[in-house]
Amino acid sequence: MSLKKRVKISDASREDGQPLVHLQTEDLMPLPAPLNAPRQVPPFSPLSAQVTEKYECLLDDTCVVNVPKPKTKEEEQELVRKFLAGLEKLFQRENNWPFLQPLILTMEHCARCQTCSDACHIYEGSGRNEIYRPTYRAEILRRLYFKYVRHGGLVSQFQHGDIKLNWPLIARLIELSYRCNICRRCAQVCPLGADNGLVARELRKVFSQEMGIAAKELHDKGSMLQLKVGSSTGMTPLVVKDNVNFIDEEMSEKTGIEVKTPWDVEGADVLLIHNAGEFLAWPENPGAFAVILNAAGVKWTLSSELLAYDSINYGLFYDDMQFARVALRHAQAAKKLKVKKIVLGECGHAHKALSVIGDRLLLGDLNIPRESSMTLLHDIVMSDRLKLDPSQNDFPVTLHDPCNLVRLMGVVQPQRDILYKICPKFREMEPHGVNNYCCGGGSGFAIMKGCNFPDWRFQVSGRKKLAQILNAFADSLGPDKPKYICAPCSNCKGQFRDMLAYYDLWEKEKILYGGLVELIVNAMTDVKPGFIDWEWH
Amino acid sequence: MTVVLSAVVYAGGLVFLVGCALRIRQYSRAPLHLRWELYPVPHEAPERAKHGGSYFEELDWWKHTRHYNLSGDLRFMIPEMVFLKGLWEFNRKLWSRSFPFHFGLYLLIGSGGLLGASALVSIWHPVWTAGGIWFVIHAIYKYAGLAGASLAVLGSLGLLIRRLTDDNLTNYTAPADLFNLLFFSTTFSLLLTGYFVNASRFPGMLAFTRHLITFRSTPWIPDLLVAGIVLLAILTAYIPYTHMSHFIGKYFTYHSIRWDDAVNFPGGKIEKRFAEYLTYRPTWSAPHIRADGTKTWADVVQENPAKEPHR
Repeated sequence: MSLKKRVKISDASREDGQPLVHLQTEDLMPLPAPLNAPRQVPPFSPLSAQVTEKYECLLDDTCVVNVPKPKTKEEEQELVRKFLAGLEKLFQRENNWPFLQPLILTMEHCARCQTCSDACHIYEGSGRNEIYRPTYRAEILRRLYFKYVRHGGLVSQFQHGDIKLNWPLIARLIELSYRCNICRRCAQVCPLGADNGLVARELRKVFSQEMGIAAKELHDKGSMLQLKVGSSTGMTPLVVKDNVNFIDEEMSEKTGIEVKTPWDVEGADVLLIHNAGEFLAWPENPGAFAVILNAAGVKWTLSSELLAYDSINYGLFYDDMQFARVALRHAQAAKKLKVKKIVLGECGHAHKALSVIGDRLLLGDLNIPRESSMTLLHDIVMSDRLKLDPSQNDFPVTLHDPCNLVRLMGVVQPQRDILYKICPKFREMEPHGVNNYCCGGGSGFAIMKGCNFPDWRFQVSGRKKLAQILNAFADSLGPDKPKYICAPCSNCKGQFRDMLAYYDLWEKEKILYGGLVELIVNAMTDVKPGFIDWEWH
Repeated sequence: MTVVLSAVVYAGGLVFLVGCALRIRQYSRAPLHLRWELYPVPHEAPERAKHGGSYFEELDWWKHTRHYNLSGDLRFMIPEMVFLKGLWEFNRKLWSRSFPFHFGLYLLIGSGGLLGASALVSIWHPVWTAGGIWFVIHAIYKYAGLAGASLAVLGSLGLLIRRLTDDNLTNYTAPADLFNLLFFSTTFSLLLTGYFVNASRFPGMLAFTRHLITFRSTPWIPDLLVAGIVLLAILTAYIPYTHMSHFIGKYFTYHSIRWDDAVNFPGGKIEKRFAEYLTYRPTWSAPHIRADGTKTWADVVQENPAKEPHR
């Protein structure tokens, strides 16, 4: 039986120690064939008693930040005090100049008309669960802003509504700030230009920058590990070089042409920075880049400088300081090599981090031009510098638009032009381009695997994208017809890998995922046929 | 009576202008933020704007001269401002109430402007008030005003009913939201009924406006109209101090954020402003931040909390 009910804003302060909602499969948005029968969908695993005893899991039936429960009332009060201090700093020029203007405008002008709710894939995927509305967390922050930052009294309560600040509210807000992919589709439809997606990020900042609370995959195992050893994968420069040597050998064997990745070439035209996850999870992607760039005669290089072989910048999702630290080191490595430009590999958030958000942080000689690999590949493919045979890609292909690359950076057409040229059975998802839906793994979710969060990630946040994929391949369903999701983003590929496996869609439907460069090499006539090997990985 | 009324109307207008100025000052003085644009950006080159693309789609984009496509901005802004195109596309149910309300306000503002201008002309150049064109102008502001007030009443009542009855909105409705809509509908209802009640004794809006401008007494004004005008003055004064000042906020959310794709070129204005921001001293207190109130942003981001010991 459905337990869905209308949760009020005031419920977020409830002190009963219970989650605000329980997720029921029958409440979720229906999926198209072949997942339209309930038994096709795996059950939602409950949180273990150990987890619920130890951590604050007061929001829904999952837990991702794993905030330990305070042991005493004094500890609770201290956390509330810290939160209030962080809240104040969030609206101060000295502390939050990077996002003060958009945040204040969002706080002061949202009309709470709910236009954004219908644009949100999480809200829709959840079967319109109240707590996943973009406005739910934003409304809580808005009321806190007017009450505690603007010090509004009764008139302010009349104007903006009231909210009770206590530890349960903060514990729920911490989790709630990690129930948004920050894809900003909500902001795109807002008639007033308010940005409730930004609110999730700004809340994460208060928790990280003031309270030292963040998802461990983003902070401890993410930006901190990257700053320590050079990559959030844990790879040091020596290890990454070793891995790339191995990839070169594999690629040489696979393609029949010698593949050699250049390292630390001073004065190169292009410093290519991959998401280092590619070297481990999808080595054919950096391998395919090497094949293409070498064949096209590009003067390029990788850098073995600390951090410069990993374009990941998880600070983008939760912490301005960590973001700036990583962006700065990427630029410093490029400056050291005296390259003409930085080209970002197939990683959406790395594109946005270094090209868009980092743009105004890189001053003076650190402001080295940054370019998307989509643009460079477009130039190579469309100028016929490679011999390509589209018939080698004669299988259904659809394109996933990574939000960071498309809606948030405007790189929309180059990858499409390439696919139209080399994939005769290319078809779009609907909607696509800047109106795309997030894969459900955005803002770091794709790497978050704690407790039962993957259940939520595949059943709720990834649900809309899954429906889009199945609809795009509706004319070619069945295990006898291999199909390819082109996802030029490591984070999105991580989400697809895990989500397709979760629903067993490789076995049942032969739906594979991969990048754009793999399709290009697969179409190259100078290399051995069959670069895409149609094996699950 | 009219003298007091004139004072109330001018005071309302003055408070409105001060409120708007304060809002504009607050937003325009905010520091330039990190880039946070959303595509499509309509001032992009037309061949890219149509699919929502940016200059990042161009090879070596920094080597090309960029042209600001003002017509693209205007093609977006005019339908958005006049017809609330975004709401039409994404929230048709709300549009059916919000559009009449806003369009009614536009008609009223236009009508008021025309009426004021006509009154000024009739004071300073009464000779110009003869002729057919004058009757046309008179008819325009009269019927635009009546239509505007009627639409505003209908729209505000529609919005009020929706706020009260739609389950999706009740959770997010503050008492002021209801009050504001009631305020609008009452004000314009009073203006409308006040205009029509005992119309034969009322010397007309033009005469009344002339008297407002010259601080002269109007022989007779219906009480309901007086009440409507007083409420309108209060409402006008009240708007900039509420979220209803979104006509100001929207300019900034679109032009300064959503469409702000200005590139930071070395040695440029943006770089200068950011160099200043990097001298600010943050006080965020999580251990990994390493800010103590004395270090600047530039110092803090140069530090590596994973490598260097905390100083």
